[in-house]
Amino acid sequence: MKAFTYERAETITRAAAAAVKPGTKFIAGGTNLLDLMKLQVETPSQLVDINRLPLDKIEDTSDGGLRIGATVRNSDLAADPRVRRRYGVLSRALLSGASAQLRNKATTGGNLLQRTRCYYFYDVTKPCNKREPGSGCAALGGFNRIHAVLGTSELCIATHPSDMAVAMRALDANVETLDAEGKARSIPIADFHRFPARTPQIETMLKPGEIVTAVTLPPPPPGTQIYRKVRDRASYAFALVSVAAIVDAAGGRIRSARLAFGGLASKPWRVAQAEERLAGASADAEAFDGAANAVLDGARGYGHNDFKVPLARRTLRAVLTEATRA
Amino acid sequence: MDNDDRRVRVTRRTVLESGTATAALMLTGFPEVALSAEPLSDKAVAPVAVDLQINGQSHTLHLDPRTTLLDALREHLALTGSKKGCDHGQCGACTVLLDGRRINSCLTLAVMHDGQSITTIEGLADGATLHPLQAAFIAHDGCQCGYCTSGQICSAAGMLGESRAGMPSYVTADLAEARPELTDAEIRERMSGNICRCAAYPNIVAAIREAAGTPT
Repeated sequence: MKAFTYERAETITRAAAAAVKPGTKFIAGGTNLLDLMKLQVETPSQLVDINRLPLDKIEDTSDGGLRIGATVRNSDLAADPRVRRRYGVLSRALLSGASAQLRNKATTGGNLLQRTRCYYFYDVTKPCNKREPGSGCAALGGFNRIHAVLGTSELCIATHPSDMAVAMRALDANVETLDAEGKARSIPIADFHRFPARTPQIETMLKPGEIVTAVTLPPPPPGTQIYRKVRDRASYAFALVSVAAIVDAAGGRIRSARLAFGGLASKPWRVAQAEERLAGASADAEAFDGAANAVLDGARGYGHNDFKVPLARRTLRAVLTEATRA
Repeated sequence: MDNDDRRVRVTRRTVLESGTATAALMLTGFPEVALSAEPLSDKAVAPVAVDLQINGQSHTLHLDPRTTLLDALREHLALTGSKKGCDHGQCGACTVLLDGRRINSCLTLAVMHDGQSITTIEGLADGATLHPLQAAFIAHDGCQCGYCTSGQICSAAGMLGESRAGMPSYVTADLAEARPELTDAEIRERMSGNICRCAAYPNIVAAIREAAGTPT
């Protein structure tokens, strides 16, 4: 690990102001950041510890939703009775991620900001445009079984590894932030993560010093909530493909559907046309396939990950079958 | 059974005593660089004072901010019961309880826990009386090589607390259920953050199942 100075933030505003200094990273759970620092993928010169800031509450909002503080632990969020009863897709997604020890540390904000698990991003002896812009991408012609099939660029095919963010995307969450000048803003989660394009090293809309303070959830939409995760082992593994679905159906007909996918892109993947096709459709294989076609429009594999395209199609069909079962 | 208990106790105490002596020598006699593979140019960080409550005892340490909680326990306090397996949060051998909750001590910095309370495997027993999980691991032969065992036991202690508090897991069928039953499938899922390369899993599950029925 490279040397750094450590500072414990006393107020949110002070934390944001301190983080304007280049080389600064916030640390909360630290489960991803310290892992990367040990490998010298991350080499911050200053750590600002935000664990003692008052950002660890889950509160009801006036519109019937929830406001989740940035340092709420993944385990606490998954176990919250309101989340279990009304946002089951989020609870299940959180519980599918990592291990209990990691979930006891990992936070809401940190989960959103975690880095890709691309093997080459982790291996400092290999080229990686995300870790070292301009150095190339070893995944394109390398082992890319876990990599993206949608929204990629010729510079980067890494996926975002979060399960939580996929459920939040289906729930239309907003990410609340505070910048170094003390100005607050709310970023729809659809816009929070970026496509790699020409700058794969820039992964979110956050500006230097801007700190995530909370994630807000609107009231839950009607329907059955499902999080289905397909992975190499039954527990404690990242998704190859995951689906967060909220489907309102009765009598073999779908009233509305929301579908977000993990494991496919640099951000949770959601396609409005797929959901429009399902709204009002009868719950049958033709409709499910039509939705899958819309979701996977433009998808391409890079060799080892070609299987993800049919896997996503089949996982979606399984989820929609379950959600519309009478 | 009684004899087995005594033997385990004596062995642990012996290890602890020799560990303390070694650590004292290291802290006073060895050049600091010998303890680390870091290049010298990276050593110029002012130590930070940290108060840790470990197994009910207060310790003040002066640490390089890079020191993980695991390294603070093992290298600075000679509490070598917590093991370093992968050092990347993947194996669970370093599991300790932070304010009663299980965490990977390798993936957190000691300085982040100033004033907080940590329980390690050395602090689970009540004097000469083993913790029910320790006794159950012996009774069910829940260890083979033993390297993962302290992490397994600390993790199981945290897990039983979570289960008693009604926390669900990924395999809980009904998330709204206030207190999901701790079936073997639940134990396996909830313990998936602890890897055993010897694959003693059936006996580990049996030990935890038994301890789950023992009030603590």
